[in-house]
Amino acid sequence: MTAEPIRKLIVLAAIWIVLLLAPFWMVPLGGYTALATRVLVLGLAAMSLNFLLGFTGVLSFGHAAYFGLGAYGAGLTLKYLALSTPLAVVAGMLLGGLCGAILGMLLVRRRGVYFAMVTIAFGQVFYYIAFQWSSLTGGDDGLRGFSRQPLDLGLIKLDILTDANNFYYFVLFCFALAVGVMGFILRSPFGRTMIAIRENERRSRFLGIPVERHIWIAFTLSCFFMGFAGALYALVNNFADPRGLHYSQSGDFVMMAVMGGMRSFWGPLLGAAVFVVLQDYLSSITVNWMSFVGLLFILVVLFFPRGLLGFFQRSKA
Amino acid sequence: MNVLEIDNVTKRFGNLVAVRDVSLNVAQGELCAIIGPNGAGKTTFFNLISGFFPPTSGTITFDGRDITKLATHERVARGMARTFQITEIFPELTVFENVRIAAEVAGGYRLRPWINRAEAAKVAQHVEATLNLVALETKNDRLVGELAHGDQRAAEIAMALALKPHLLLLDEPTAGMGDQETFQITQLIRRLHRDSKYSIVLIEHDMRVVFHLADRICVLDQGRMLAQGTPQEIAANETVQAAYLGNAA
Repeated sequence: MTAEPIRKLIVLAAIWIVLLLAPFWMVPLGGYTALATRVLVLGLAAMSLNFLLGFTGVLSFGHAAYFGLGAYGAGLTLKYLALSTPLAVVAGMLLGGLCGAILGMLLVRRRGVYFAMVTIAFGQVFYYIAFQWSSLTGGDDGLRGFSRQPLDLGLIKLDILTDANNFYYFVLFCFALAVGVMGFILRSPFGRTMIAIRENERRSRFLGIPVERHIWIAFTLSCFFMGFAGALYALVNNFADPRGLHYSQSGDFVMMAVMGGMRSFWGPLLGAAVFVVLQDYLSSITVNWMSFVGLLFILVVLFFPRGLLGFFQRSKA
Repeated sequence: MNVLEIDNVTKRFGNLVAVRDVSLNVAQGELCAIIGPNGAGKTTFFNLISGFFPPTSGTITFDGRDITKLATHERVARGMARTFQITEIFPELTVFENVRIAAEVAGGYRLRPWINRAEAAKVAQHVEATLNLVALETKNDRLVGELAHGDQRAAEIAMALALKPHLLLLDEPTAGMGDQETFQITQLIRRLHRDSKYSIVLIEHDMRVVFHLADRICVLDQGRMLAQGTPQEIAANETVQAAYLGNAA
């Protein structure tokens, strides 16, 4: 009985040690710190998507929209409103989350393929807005002309623009915050209703759960996390790209989640790590890097249907 | 006092009239069995009561309130719980987790992003008491999907009971069971009715179960209420015998 929680605690500690020490082991292995930062941010995005996909059983194929909205929200704030990194992150999160809340209301009556199609459609609407509204968003060129600002911690000013390690730890702190909230919710009564809906929607309804309302809340929360990740992504690049809203980006997030293991909490982070590192390495060799990532994806889906992490984890029974 | 009053309820699907002008009252603490040949409209009738879809006409009153237009989850919140002919459970969760979801909804925690120690302990106690009632307490941490069919049915009933309902709707509780399992479920329903004073409406094909348990039997045939009465009255009723019992026996 007690062996299971201890094993989980060890795994959890190992994950955090690996993340905390990433700048020290990535460089000797031929990586660089900014790559680890990208893994964290895209991993957070994939985990946000999986909050909905893996734990409520609802597939959104347009989640990049809220990611991109987060990025533009942060970028526009830094460019036009205030030179404050925390404010930019909060603004991005709110923009993504609130748009998700509004569109979510129109979405929750749809299920399965229809839900996925409508999320794509809404996502593309945001893509074309970002693409066309050049005066505000920079159009096809993306939003430039802003950069992340030093963090004012009262006693000291932390330079996160030029010091890659400082920035990594800032992102890790944000990541820990978001992931902590996610994990907390999933262990709560509300989180258990999400899992109930994933497992059996009819049974959930006849247990007195208003399924649509709960899916809406899960969707909205997921969009807030997505906006948060998107805001961090704008800080990573000092740039917001309309392609960050495109449905192919949504597809990448779904791929990361499925590849890593959508039934596990940490799976999507592993999926994102594999995706980002492969992209970084292969794209320096060939422009067709996506073919290789795609091949790996097919192999994983065929041979490890529970994803890479699902393969390593023993079944709960 | 009546827990449930159904007045002249009709349900049409296009040209098909699945339930035609049916009325039924269920008194507090009564066990009412609905029988009838296949296609008689029994499950449709159940779906109308539990709010799976609204009736074409007629009204449904539950605990003195008109619930005809209420959604399923609102009816559940007012104290109505049901099970299904084909077991509806959360197969990949444990017995305890299955019932806990129901218990947390009943405790009013379903929207809460946290639960404190005292509340969690209260929920756990409620879950264990419910599992005791259906004799599943030793299978607490087994996955429901791995249990025997009879135990899965019992788990589904436990989930319904954890909602603390005033009215229990059981759709063919002994469907697909062997003699031993049928006996156990029958005993369970009998305990719930006699000892715990639940008001119960059940659909059942097994006549031994029906005549053993029911205070009152309603016979549906081709969407109509053919007859209602005590088991003795129904057994003696000639129309019923012609339409149904005669063929079954």
